Amino acid sequence: MELNGAQIVIQSLKDEGVEYIFGYPGGAVLHLYDALFQQDDVKHILVRHEQGATHAADGYARATGKPGVVLVTSGPGATNAVTGIATAYMDSIPMVVISGQVPSAVIGSDAFQEVDMVGITRPCVKHNFLISDVSKIAETIKKAFYVATSGRPGPVVIDIPKDMTSPNVKVPYHYPKKVEMRSYHPATTGNKGQVKKAIELLLHAKRPIIYAGGGVVLGEGSHELTNLAKILGYPVTNTLMGLGAYPATDTQFVGMLGMHGTYEANMAMHESDLIVAIGVRFDDRVTGKLELFCPYAKIIHVDIDPASISKTVKVDVPIVGEVKLVIEQLIDGLKEAKYKIDKPASDAWWKLIDQWRSIDCLEFDRQSIAIKPQYVIEQLYQVTNGEAYVTSDVGQHQMWAAQYYPFDKPRRWINSGGLGTMGFGLPAAIGVKLAHPNADVACVTGDASIQMCIQELSTALQYKTPIKIINLNNSYMGMVRQWQEFSYQSRYSHSYMETIPDFVKLAEAYGHVGIRIDKPEDVRGALEKAFAMKDRTVFLDIITDRTENVYPMIEAGKAHNDMKLRVAIGTSTDRELS
Amino acid sequence: MRHIISILIENEAGALSRVAGLFSARGYNIESLTVAPTEDPSLSRMTLVTRGTEDIIEQITKQLNKLIDVVKLIDLAQTIHIERELMLVKIKASDKIREELRSVVDIFRGKIIDVTPTSYVIEMTGTSDKLDAFIATIDKASIIEVVRSGATGISRGEKGLHL
Ligand SMILES: Cc1cc2nc3c(=O)[nH]c(=O)nc-3n(C[C@H](O)[C@H](O)[C@H](O)COP(=O)(O)OP(=O)(O)OC[C@H]3O[C@@H](n4cnc5c(N)ncnc54)[C@H](O)[C@@H]3O)c2cc1C
Ligand SMILES: Cc1ncc(C[n+]2csc(CCOP(=O)(O)OP(=O)(O)O)c2C)c(N)n1
Repeated sequence: MELNGAQIVIQSLKDEGVEYIFGYPGGAVLHLYDALFQQDDVKHILVRHEQGATHAADGYARATGKPGVVLVTSGPGATNAVTGIATAYMDSIPMVVISGQVPSAVIGSDAFQEVDMVGITRPCVKHNFLISDVSKIAETIKKAFYVATSGRPGPVVIDIPKDMTSPNVKVPYHYPKKVEMRSYHPATTGNKGQVKKAIELLLHAKRPIIYAGGGVVLGEGSHELTNLAKILGYPVTNTLMGLGAYPATDTQFVGMLGMHGTYEANMAMHESDLIVAIGVRFDDRVTGKLELFCPYAKIIHVDIDPASISKTVKVDVPIVGEVKLVIEQLIDGLKEAKYKIDKPASDAWWKLIDQWRSIDCLEFDRQSIAIKPQYVIEQLYQVTNGEAYVTSDVGQHQMWAAQYYPFDKPRRWINSGGLGTMGFGLPAAIGVKLAHPNADVACVTGDASIQMCIQELSTALQYKTPIKIINLNNSYMGMVRQWQEFSYQSRYSHSYMETIPDFVKLAEAYGHVGIRIDKPEDVRGALEKAFAMKDRTVFLDIITDRTENVYPMIEAGKAHNDMKLRVAIGTSTDRELS
Repeated sequence: MRHIISILIENEAGALSRVAGLFSARGYNIESLTVAPTEDPSLSRMTLVTRGTEDIIEQITKQLNKLIDVVKLIDLAQTIHIERELMLVKIKASDKIREELRSVVDIFRGKIIDVTPTSYVIEMTGTSDKLDAFIATIDKASIIEVVRSGATGISRGEKGLHL
């Protein structure tokens, strides 16, 4: 079969099993758009801004585990996509971005809409390619998907000069089933010796804790993680990226850890003698001040990326490998060693944890006449039976969604953790809804974040992706305001917008349903009504308590046992208990 | 500590900038960098001299290994190795000091490869320390130009860095 470059790109996507491509046309990709027009297998979703395309593809990827695919034109189309590429990179999300480029002959001449996309994206992609030969397109696309989805996943950019997709140049087409790359061999099982050392530590720990994160979600290891935790009887904490990797309603779950983690999770980390870190990267939002991080603990770290290990925190037993496989190795090792829970130590440890739990650090004022954002999330959880896919933007609302919506399954909680990209939530929700048309999809957002990609409301209408936008409207960039309250004596410098649009009218202008709620007693009913409208996108503009803060909070430079709580308590830990 | 990282990398456009970009983005320093294709033209050999604590060097090698284009690498400083750098020096060589210069060049086993009535070009190879020592013995004012390749190296014995 002889095809031209544009046809090869589209045919390769088909052969790769790509269902959706999120994109926006322009001069450099017109040949590609023409090839898209002449087929129906790969469905194109026309966004309203290229950032939206990357976030939508990203949401699709997070919700399914399949790579998100993006198509943008050269120059401004490509640069608009960069924020979304960096967002995917920081959270290790598989994505393939095809960008148009000016014709090969004029590259480097400051041609119209030329930008060095390979150069610009180099620091925020797993890898990128510039096509210089039509006959290499299919193989390069195969490589791109392979690299994006294997090992530690990440975005891959393929920059395609316009002449490479010209209808006039035809070459034989063959899409490889497999590619080998001599320079790329992702890890699989863990080193046996290291696994043995880990087992030795597991057998003797008195105050252990499992700290699991995004890697468990990315590596589809939730089932194995849950088995491991059940065998060990250890408490489990998840990072923001790991929520849902372990069922949040299980009694062994102690909540999220880190800056806005629960009291019990952070205290347990601080007091532990063994940390079993699985698919996490010891982010600064998690560790707090490094010198004070987990002073009594030995650390086992399972990660597929050697560079994640001992990057910020030195670990005692590194195990490089796929979460799923390594956890299975650990489980086998425990069976072999006839592991039994050390009852007295375990009881004492859980007694301590239950004391920390009894502080009930997430309690909030339920008598308030203003709507408490936490209450809204609780109600959202109930109305959706805890089964919704929840995307979020960045700010306080993101933390409240993470704290008050217990996720029992992986891939349900979809947010930008590493880059913290405002504007992510709405387009991501569209991607999620396309992937799971029958599921409830909510986007928890704030009055500032939602305005960063608000134009995608138009995309949601065009492709009939009925999502529910839960706008926790505090008329502030709440997260910024909170930091200014705590660290700048409440000098609210530019964290307030003089004019906030009428979101109800705005939603209506885009062809959706808009509802404003300003009384606590109306929250439940409005949510029920919104989710009952199965075929409509509904924008719930919920006027919340303006100066509510996110607690607990570990301020910069503090340790895990030094948390700011809603209700101050004396720091009390009984180090004698062991 | 000074480390010499020897890298086998795909000989592709952009491969060098991936390595250089990694160093600048992560704030690692590059003391010198040499690169040229190997006997297999699809591969380049890069030698990179850097300094840092053990932790930093560990991160550098891990991050380099993570680059898709990097096939293999080795920290030569961890092995018994031979290290060489090429230097070309252009020196003002007036009649008065020509003799003396020649004997210094001999001592350092260098070669005079270009001669004009007023100047010499000297070629010298050796460890970076040796080249430094030569420069230090020459009167600063007489040096017109110094060109150094940066260090390259190879491990001793039968073992090697190849596919
Ligand atoms: C406003 C704001 C506040 C935040 N507050 C918090 C907070 O309080 N607590 C918190 O936890 N985070 C918080 N974050 C998020 C934080 O910035 C990081 O994104 C997050 O902590 C990283 O999660 P992670 O360690 O699970 O790593 P991820 O970024 O999810 O990385 C995954 C790790 O798993 C590895 N991996 C990937 N695939 C596999 C596999 N198949 N097998 C094995 N390993 C694999 C990767 O190599 C990587 O090391 C906040 C973010 C924002 C924007
Ligand atoms: C693109 C981008 N710009 C700036 C920031 C810094 N930032 C983090 S949270 C935040 C405020 C978010 O306000 P809002 O969306 O209203 O949410 P709230 O905190 O009030 O819930 C800002 C500006 C960011 N994360 N992303």
